[in-house]
Amino acid sequence: MYKILLEDLPKLYAQMAQNADVYMPLRRGNELNFEKWNNEAIVDLESLKTVNTPKDLFLPQIENLYSSQVVGTKINIENVPVFDKTVVLFGVKACDVRAIEVLDNVYLQGDFVDEFYKARREKSIIISLACNTPAKTCFCSAFDIDPSSPQSDVRTWICNEYMYFDFTDEKHEKYERFYDMIKEFLTEADESEVAPLQKEIQEKINTLPFSGICLEKFTPENMLSIFNSSEWEHLYRPCIGCGTCTYSCPTCQCYDIRDHQSKCGGILKYRCWDSCMYPDFTLMAHGNPRFTQKERFRQRFMHKLLYHPEKYDGQFGCVGCGRCVNKCPVSLNILKVIKTIGGDENDTK
Amino acid sequence: MIQNNDNQIPMVGIITEIFEETSDVKTFRVVNSKGDKAFDHMPGQCAMLGVPGVGEAMFSISSSPTNTKFMEFSIKRVGVLTEYLHKLEPGDQITIRGPYGNAFPVDTALKGQNILFVAGGIALAPLRSAIRYVFDKREDYGYVDILYGARSPKDLVYRREIEKSWTEKPNTNVFLTIDRPDEDWDGHIGFVPDYFKKIGFSTDKVVVVCGPPIMIKFVLAILLEMGFKKEQVFTTLELRMKCGIGKCGRCNIGPKYVCVDGPVFRVDELDHIPDEF
Ligand code: SF4
Ligand code: SF4
Ligand code: FES
Repeated sequence: MYKILLEDLPKLYAQMAQNADVYMPLRRGNELNFEKWNNEAIVDLESLKTVNTPKDLFLPQIENLYSSQVVGTKINIENVPVFDKTVVLFGVKACDVRAIEVLDNVYLQGDFVDEFYKARREKSIIISLACNTPAKTCFCSAFDIDPSSPQSDVRTWICNEYMYFDFTDEKHEKYERFYDMIKEFLTEADESEVAPLQKEIQEKINTLPFSGICLEKFTPENMLSIFNSSEWEHLYRPCIGCGTCTYSCPTCQCYDIRDHQSKCGGILKYRCWDSCMYPDFTLMAHGNPRFTQKERFRQRFMHKLLYHPEKYDGQFGCVGCGRCVNKCPVSLNILKVIKTIGGDENDTK
Repeated sequence: MIQNNDNQIPMVGIITEIFEETSDVKTFRVVNSKGDKAFDHMPGQCAMLGVPGVGEAMFSISSSPTNTKFMEFSIKRVGVLTEYLHKLEPGDQITIRGPYGNAFPVDTALKGQNILFVAGGIALAPLRSAIRYVFDKREDYGYVDILYGARSPKDLVYRREIEKSWTEKPNTNVFLTIDRPDEDWDGHIGFVPDYFKKIGFSTDKVVVVCGPPIMIKFVLAILLEMGFKKEQVFTTLELRMKCGIGKCGRCNIGPKYVCVDGPVFRVDELDHIPDEF
């Protein structure tokens, strides 16, 4: 383990920025977002939740796939440049780290690998940061995420006047490079120096209102009975289908593919975020299998709590970041769904 | 099955011939820009066809893998893209990428078996790939029954091919039906499920059913009633698709992504998928 004086961090940022695009929580007005660091940036590592999520770096809101020129009836397809930069994501909270694992499963596993995602993800270095003050809406611990000891390439803690660094896999070429990048600022430290902080965080987590929310009922055997539950009928009612919950979610992963007719004659094929909450998401020429908002609403939560875990070895598609809890204009969210569908264990929560 | 890197980037396809099947279905013969078959596939697999600036959609490949020269797609005019495709002429270019999805188990569960193909309307298109594959390797399979129905005689796709070729094959029975009486028709009249019941097939066969969801549901019910097991029956699901590679989430149903886990499902597999199809 290593440490650096907090007041020396700007020097460390500058050093990193010489070798990579460094994204970290930057404050602009009262918004906090992962943005590219520069000299003037106002870094805020203490506040918990960024509006956007690290997802943006790997699955941008808009990504070009290819372009085509159409001359008469002839088509010419041109590839777009492949993303080829080292991106350092600094100060990623434990829930968002897990969210990237969720995306990795979808985009890097299976019969096909998503080459666009892979190009962005491959060279990235994720530096997580323990959450000193978890928020009331956090329920990461329900998904076995430990914010006192986040899992990622490089792990950090802010404790007293130091930031502590721990390298998960110092042998890995990627981290070696990163270590070389910043080693001049680091001094040796001992794990015992952050242990009290870790304990303090764990204690705080245990007192959060939703940290003990019970997910036991969400198993493959219960999938169909949950799907057919009569609770959806009233649960979904307030939902206005705005899609905010999907756009602000670090694990929501659906996209649309569209054309953009550019002024110079080319047609750009791009993908952009989409939402299962929208009526046209599954609309086909002969009808829509998710006919009302009830079916769409149900799909989002079934996917996170049942379909994704069934496909990916029990890993939930929600990381308990609480963003949808904060953002939904009608105060609907996955907590309500878990409490209502998840059965008696949650009655008192 | 790891595909090429550019699995979301299409190649140029050239339409070489167009056949008018019905008033709203055309079959397009497609090759790549070198004049060859764009890629290999198995019966039941699909490809994304598109026109830049107009759109892109998934279509089943209706030619057999045994055809190594070109691919065919039978496309019904239902929306903006298909409307556009119907206006194209031989020599025109489109985009094509694939193959996507799984296939009918022609080399496994169907091999050596008697087979019953059941289709309604345009859904004969994916089955045609399998049917022709079976005919091209006739000695590998037992008896073949084909039950096909459409709204009217004019809506039967591949009608000439069926009458000229399929009915002539050894150990093969073709049953055709149309929904309502028609001057041009002296064959059976009635819906596919009803005709199915009337014919009363024996259960010593593997069944492949494709058609509108409602037809599939009725046929499945009758099959079970007649003593067929769900494990003997294969069908296809149709959901909206965008990426074709199991990423965009569009075709997700239960823990499955139809673009990679389907479109072909053995009917007992559907028991563990929410009824959203
Ligand atoms: S649950 Fe809330 S945020 Fe999500 S679509 Fe419905 S109204 Fe919008
Ligand atoms: S569903 Fe809500 S709480 Fe769960 S990861 Fe998404 S935004 Fe966060
Ligand atoms: S079409 Fe994109 S996941 Fe199936």
